[in-house]
Amino acid sequence: MIKIENLTKFYGERLAVDDISFNIERGEVVGFLGPNGAGKTTTMRAITGYLMPTDGEIWVADYNMRKDPLKGRQQIGYLPETIPLYTDMSTRAYLRFVARLRGLDRKKAQKRIDEVVELCRLEEYINVLTGKLSKGFRQRVGLAQAIIHDPEVLILDEPTVGIDPLQVVQTKELIKELGRKRTILLSTHILPEVNLICERVIIIHQGRIVAEDSIENLSSILEGRQRLRLKINGPVDEVTENLSKINALSEVSYRDPYYLLEFPIDQEPQNEINQMLTRGGWTLLSMEAVELSLEDIFVKLTSKREEEQ
Amino acid sequence: MRRIFLICEKELGTFLTSPMAYIVTAIFLALSGASFSTYLAQTSYSDTSIRGFLEAGQLLILLFSALLTMRLISEERKLGTWEMLLTAPVREYEIVLGKFLSCLIVLGGMLVLTLFFPILLVILGDPDLGPIFTSYLGLMLLGCSSLSIGIFASSLTPNQIVSAVIAGGILFGLWFLGPVGNLVPDPVGEILSYFSLSHHFPGFMRGVVDTRAIVYYLTVAAVFLFLSVRSIETERWR
Ligand SMILES: Nc1ncnc2c1ncn2[C@@H]1O[C@H](COP(=O)(O)OP(=O)(O)OP(=O)(O)O)[C@@H](O)[C@H]1O
Ligand SMILES: [Mg+2]
Repeated sequence: MIKIENLTKFYGERLAVDDISFNIERGEVVGFLGPNGAGKTTTMRAITGYLMPTDGEIWVADYNMRKDPLKGRQQIGYLPETIPLYTDMSTRAYLRFVARLRGLDRKKAQKRIDEVVELCRLEEYINVLTGKLSKGFRQRVGLAQAIIHDPEVLILDEPTVGIDPLQVVQTKELIKELGRKRTILLSTHILPEVNLICERVIIIHQGRIVAEDSIENLSSILEGRQRLRLKINGPVDEVTENLSKINALSEVSYRDPYYLLEFPIDQEPQNEINQMLTRGGWTLLSMEAVELSLEDIFVKLTSKREEEQ
Repeated sequence: MRRIFLICEKELGTFLTSPMAYIVTAIFLALSGASFSTYLAQTSYSDTSIRGFLEAGQLLILLFSALLTMRLISEERKLGTWEMLLTAPVREYEIVLGKFLSCLIVLGGMLVLTLFFPILLVILGDPDLGPIFTSYLGLMLLGCSSLSIGIFASSLTPNQIVSAVIAGGILFGLWFLGPVGNLVPDPVGEILSYFSLSHHFPGFMRGVVDTRAIVYYLTVAAVFLFLSVRSIETERWR
């Protein structure tokens, strides 16, 4: 659905994106991760046709963005990093303008406005000037304008940045919902954000792709290790000491109120831990497996790359 | 075509809901009205023409254009809506023409208000209607040129003030080429005058419709609209 070949973008002398290629299949929801200045926005601007690449080709829904930009753009819904709002228009007037700009006729526009307003839960704000909305609602209006023409492809540049945690959850749910029948590329540098939404992640750093895989694969490839998080009823010192004695465990640490255990992927220390607890007369309150966070993955990948260079 | 009207409609909405269009219209009417009546008084009401209005009006149109257009593209950049427009299936020229058309309509609306002056003359005296008619044609043509220069300036910068200053610079520069041309010996002086915004206007005031003048104003408009489109296109290659 989105195909990028050898995309390179210079801003004058400055190299922002350095020869990247990737493919996103129809229906995939892909996270695009990288720290500030990695080149996420630049890549997304090239995909949406806002910027022309210095080099390389981009196809969206089989339209080449150089040769067929208008048809290509029609397939894309785009939420830019700065939410594009005419502050002197009401939500309704703004959505109507975008819908008409996207080629919907009056009747169709009205119908779609009703639909997206319901989907994005904007009913109460339909007649409010967009300039008067809070950040979270501005973001939702931004999403609403991106999907107004029911595009196959959604490009979302940091859709959850700067909004409060409760709204982040709602926005993520909304994106997940949208992802059921669409192809989505969404960028973020708040790494754990994509954990629940994306099937696959592409990690970009200094304009280059450093990793591209499913979240699970990335964690296991990187480490060959597993993690457990325990909650134990007992004196911290003694429990830690006894846990450290278990050979299968390679690392034991305590972060109130949890014990964090690391061990190689071929080991199964659960039984030993249970026996140890029974011996000490302590009770196990909870035990759960912990995936490596994207934060960890990211730090590891980038440091690994730097070592290679 | 449909998208040109859509963008025009949106701009008109903004003009009507924000103070700028009203402020420049008020300034225009006040100053040109003052000039209108001063002229009549000076000639002891013997020359019942709108000459006073036109003398001030032609310069005020330049100011009007610079102020009316300064936010047109600059503001979109500041709001981030520019990125939305340029990633929608719209062509650059549709954006430029839509905005240009909206300005022309505002200018037309304002000029309709100034019809108060000639109507007053018709009621109180016996003015020559021919020159009045051609003068209005001249004002509209001058407006076409200066508005497109304003739009071009606005396409260059995200800062409205800078945009107005650039527009003012180009407009008054082109305007005063005329007086400068008169000081320089021909043929250089003649060429300078030909390229001046001011050189072609007096004909309309006298009631003469010169094809060269019409071609001049429309060409200037076309050139700067084209430059605006190019300036937007090159932005993608930045
Ligand atoms: N218009 C521009 N002109 C010049 N340099 C730019 C421009 N836009 C971005 N850059 C540079 O290109 C690089 C990539 O920027 P980009 O905005 O794509 O990063 P990003 O991954 O989106 O970062 P962030 O997480 O901060 O949004 C940065 O070094 C940035 O300074
Ligand atoms: Mg960015």
